[in-house]
Amino acid sequence: MGAPLVKSKKFGLKHPLARARGLGSAHEGLHHWISQRVTAVLLLPLTVWLCWSMVGIAHMDHATFVAWLSQPWNTILMVLTVGTMFYHAVLGNQVVIEDYIHTEGLMIAKMLAMRFVYLIAGIACIYAILKVAL
Amino acid sequence: MTERPLSPHLQIYKWQITMALSILHRATGVALSIGLFVMTWWLMAAAMGPEAYQNFRDIASSPLGLIVLAGWSFALFFHTCSGIRHIVMDMGKLFTIPEIYKGGYTVIIAAVVLTLAFWIAVVGA
Ligand code: HEM
Repeated sequence: MGAPLVKSKKFGLKHPLARARGLGSAHEGLHHWISQRVTAVLLLPLTVWLCWSMVGIAHMDHATFVAWLSQPWNTILMVLTVGTMFYHAVLGNQVVIEDYIHTEGLMIAKMLAMRFVYLIAGIACIYAILKVAL
Repeated sequence: MTERPLSPHLQIYKWQITMALSILHRATGVALSIGLFVMTWWLMAAAMGPEAYQNFRDIASSPLGLIVLAGWSFALFFHTCSGIRHIVMDMGKLFTIPEIYKGGYTVIIAAVVLTLAFWIAVVGA
């Protein structure tokens, strides 16, 4: 916006933001940070909805639960809740792994394993919801 | 082994609510992530049919199952309240020392109250 153009030998005439973008060891840290917060804000109403629903679900047998989950809005909100939770969890666990594992090869291995496991579990959840509901 | 001076290690610091909350936010985040596998089990059981679902319900309502679920619900309420505080502080608010303490205790009390309210509602329903 109002940021001054900086003239320097190294960067020439560039907007300060353009000089900062892509720097840092991850090259994408800001995007990750924002995604973590966007998913957190999305999760807020979804978590309230889930806890609210759970009070009833706790007492439902299979047939009653299937009927509940088959209601269109419940199907949609459930898929959204599960999907957002898994995405937020993967983003969060990425930071935890980055903080504690310092060997590059090991870190990449753990990161891939973590993503793979959550991808499978997340797909299983969404498959299960749709199978029950549709 | 180490000749160079080291910074004081963890056990030397006095415990403060700020560090406790920071660690708890991470610990509950990781616990919730592991809990997502229980959620997967629950939904898959529903997809597999009445018998599998009843089997899951029996395990979930066993003493051990209830302890795990109670723990997960507390983790969820704590992490959510603490997450709201994170976002508020990301916006540059609640940064004076008294506000930091007040916010911290509010998060803990809110998490305990919400967990109790949730289980009272479940039992009463
Ligand atoms: C099942 C649901 C959830 C799971 C599995 C989960 C998991 C995680 C994990 C693993 C982290 C990383 C912790 C760290 O970096 O120390 C995290 C961070 C975070 N979570 Fe959640 N979370 C969930 C729900 C929520 C909700 C409902 C909110 C609502 C406000 C929230 C807000 C946040 C925020 C703001 C952060 C970033 C904290 C930071 O950067 O230090 N989370 N979450």
